[in-house]
Order: sequence, then C-alpha cells, then structure tokens
Amino acid sequence: MSTDKAHSGKHHFAHHFKSALHEFETAKQGIWLFMVTEILMFGGLFVGYFIYHSKYPEMFTEGASYLDYKMGFINTLVLIFSSFTMALGIYFLQKGQQKKAIMALATTILCGAIFMVVKYFEYSHKFHLGLLPGKFFAGEAVNANLPLYFGFYYCMTGLHGTHVLIGMGLITWVMIRTMKGEFGPEYYTPVEGVGIFWHIVDLIWIYLFPLLYLIG
Amino acid sequence: MANHTEEHQHHITPFTVYNKVFWALIALTLLTVYTAKFIHLGALAAPVAVLIATTKAMLVMAYFMHLKYESNLNRIIFGTGFFFLALLYIICAIDVGTRILEKSTL
Repeated sequence: MSTDKAHSGKHHFAHHFKSALHEFETAKQGIWLFMVTEILMFGGLFVGYFIYHSKYPEMFTEGASYLDYKMGFINTLVLIFSSFTMALGIYFLQKGQQKKAIMALATTILCGAIFMVVKYFEYSHKFHLGLLPGKFFAGEAVNANLPLYFGFYYCMTGLHGTHVLIGMGLITWVMIRTMKGEFGPEYYTPVEGVGIFWHIVDLIWIYLFPLLYLIG
Repeated sequence: MANHTEEHQHHITPFTVYNKVFWALIALTLLTVYTAKFIHLGALAAPVAVLIATTKAMLVMAYFMHLKYESNLNRIIFGTGFFFLALLYIICAIDVGTRILEKSTL
C-alpha cells in the first residue's frame, strides 16, 4: 500500500516485493481472481435462466415482450463507451496526462449515471404494470408462472445495476485520488483494478442485453 | 527498499487500438440488434446472438482489460472462471434434461 500519497513519482512499494512492477502485477492478479468470482456469481444466474427458459419457453417469451430492446440498446452503447473512457483514463495516467485522465474518469461515471437513469425508467414502467418478481407479481399474465421470469429479470439486472453503482463509487474514489496527484505513470494500480472491475460490469451487460432483450 | 531502476514494462496500449476496438464493439452491437430484430433467423437467432456477444466479450477482455498483453497466468486464471461456469451449466442441463416424470404409485 502506498503511504506516500503526494508524490506519484516516488511510489514506495511494499518491502516484500522485488520491485514496483512485481507489486503491480501481484495486485492485478488478485483483481483477476476476484473477477473469476464475479463471473461465477453472474454465471450462476445465467445458468438458472437458461435452464428455466428451456423448460418454459412460452412463458419466457411472454415476459420478454415487456422489455424494450431500444432502451437496452441505448444502455449497451452507453456502457461500451464507458469502457472506452475507463481504458482511456488509465491510458492518460500512463502518459502522465492528469487532467485528461480526470476527464475520462468523470465521463465514465457520467455514463454509469445515464445507464441507471434508463434503468430507472425501465423499472418504473414495469412497477406501474405490476410486473414484480415472484410473490409480489400483480400484473396480467397468460402463463401462470410468469412471476418466475420477473424473478430472474430483477435479480439479474438488479445485481448488475448494483455493480454499476458500486463501480461509479469506486471510479469516483480513484478520480478524487487522481485529482490529489496520487497517480501517475509510476503508480496507478488502484485505477487499473477499478478499471478491470468496470470492464467486467460491461462484459456482463454484453451478455445480458442479447439474452434478455433480443432473444427473450 | 526504493527501487531506483524502475523497469517500466507496463505495456501502454495505443489510443488508436482503443479507438478501433470501441468502434468495432459499436458495429457488433448494431449487428446484434439487426440480426435479432430485423431479419428472421428462427432457431439460429440465439446462437448467432451469443456468438456476436462472445466476440464483443473477447474484444473487451483482450484490449480494454489488457488480457492480450498480460501474462499467461492471468489469462488462465480468468479462463478457469468460464471453464467452471461451463461445467456448472453442462452438468445442470444434463440433470434437468434427463429427468423422467414419475407419477407416484402410492
């Protein structure tokens, strides 16, 4: 952990590492291990979705009819762009261009906010129709077990949305640290870690969008 | 303790690479929507959509997440996530797919 916060050019790596690069690579490896758990967590929900989809295809088609693919499409573009700006944030730090890095990180947070606003409109429309998960379902249904579809829908998109919010918080944290001059070409490890997390969030959505909105 | 000979082996991906990957992702997203909503693929719709999604995922992982330039170990670590996920799906699918509905004889 860096105890030298003000001088990014004089990052003192912990003594049990061979070099600053060794410390960086180790931190990154830890993040990758964490990402494996993320894949498995979301993946479990995907497996459940696939299995029940194969059991009740008409019910899933009915549920999917309530999803607006245009909103999902906008959200996909927003998240892909946010991944681009997140990668640029790290790129500018590697180049020592602090101000541009801050702009890139701020744009990433803004994209996350846009995503959540679109999500808000999607959710509120469904609440209005009584399309709630499981036992809270109060809408019209041709298939009796339609509440199961919305159980999946809210769990998967809700968990993803929570990750978007957490990601926004983390990016805000590293952005503030960048503003304080803590990061530069010699040290930007936390930004790298947060970046990998944010790309996972994008990755999950890249699969969620076609699965929920397009294939149904 | 402080390393005076910093070896900057951090590979910096060029801006042009990020730019190209971004536009490729946008194009693939448009393709996903087009093949799912504007042409009739029938049973092929799902595999095509998953295939395009996987292509997009590989681009994000390789370039935005830098995996192309990472050590083999990090690629293997991340790959095990998908491997075990595939295992989870296959075993569950076999389980559910080979069930026989039995009526109780009692």
